[in-house]
Amino acid sequence: MLKIKNFRKNLISPLIYGFFFGIVFGFLLQKGGVTKYDVIIGQLLLTDFTVLKIMLTAVMVGMPGVYLMEHFGWVDLYPKSGSIGMNVIGGLIFGFGFAILGYCPGTIAGAIGNGYLDATFGGLIGIWIGTGIFASLYPKLNGGILKFGYYGDVTIPEILKVNKWIIIIIVEALILVLLLWIENIGFRNSTSDIFCQHFHPGRVMVVAELIQF
Amino acid sequence: MRFLTEIQWSPYTVGAFIGVLSWLSFLILRNPLSCSTSFASTSGMIERLLRGKKVEEKPYYQKIKLTINWQWMLVLGIMIGSFLSAMLSGDFMLKWIPEFWEMEFGNSPLIRIIGAIIGGIFLGFGARWADGCTSGHGISGTMQLAVSSWISAICFFLGGILVAFFFFRFIG
Repeated sequence: MLKIKNFRKNLISPLIYGFFFGIVFGFLLQKGGVTKYDVIIGQLLLTDFTVLKIMLTAVMVGMPGVYLMEHFGWVDLYPKSGSIGMNVIGGLIFGFGFAILGYCPGTIAGAIGNGYLDATFGGLIGIWIGTGIFASLYPKLNGGILKFGYYGDVTIPEILKVNKWIIIIIVEALILVLLLWIENIGFRNSTSDIFCQHFHPGRVMVVAELIQF
Repeated sequence: MRFLTEIQWSPYTVGAFIGVLSWLSFLILRNPLSCSTSFASTSGMIERLLRGKKVEEKPYYQKIKLTINWQWMLVLGIMIGSFLSAMLSGDFMLKWIPEFWEMEFGNSPLIRIIGAIIGGIFLGFGARWADGCTSGHGISGTMQLAVSSWISAICFFLGGILVAFFFFRFIG
């Protein structure tokens, strides 16, 4: 009996919770507009800052909560281990794919739910192929380039040897300044402006009909 | 409940909710929100279906385990959550080619699919190389102040911005 209880506690409920969290996450991503190729490419072209606004606000709200809960011993932190070879090279390869695909792993799941068929029949298959190639190359890569410039699972306060709350306050302030700058001085949400330059209203209608089959 | 049927919410509202969702994820799931590993395990599971059990012996699949775990369910949930949101607001649309793509590369679905597959290959490969994606490193890792995540997130966008400018501004 105890065994079944533990089994349910350890295996079944994480699946249900994960599913529930996913539904909320997907709902939020879609409401934020980031399940759309145009919004993500707009971010990479620095004309639409929706993606960065969402991510930075999530960090601003998430970080103090997570660190407070860790302070009270309610949660553990899980900073990922890394190296220059992993994070710089892997990050740039990711960025290359990000700009061509126009979705990332989380938002592509949202794009599939949104009905975008290029995500379902193109991007998803590509990601499976890409991860499969990585799995095949992993033994070779892991012995070499992935270990280059290894720094492990350190955090910024640990590496700078500064009290974490000071770093948190500084990061919060920097994000706030960045968001204010994006909002007020830097850039407008001008995705629609670009459309106006490229399209006549009539053509937009024709295009809209063509792509909604 | 009218907000549920709105097409788009303020990015700050969405971001703040994702921040709160992160707290709950640490508290209840005992894991940060992340997505990309489950794409790798699905890929491995498909390969196992085609080539049999020996696929599991690959060192990488020994490391990440070819099972349906909480994160796999999270990604499935994202699809359904996005679908619900899009249906409620009337934003659901079956569509092959995004507008920006069409402006630059024309209206052939085949070319878009090929582009998406190539982009997906690099994205999937890079996500595994960097050991995380825009959610695992970009949101969950940066909020933990992990050095690996800040470097990765900056490189995701640096690479993405350079390549997007090359294709849309330099060539286009």
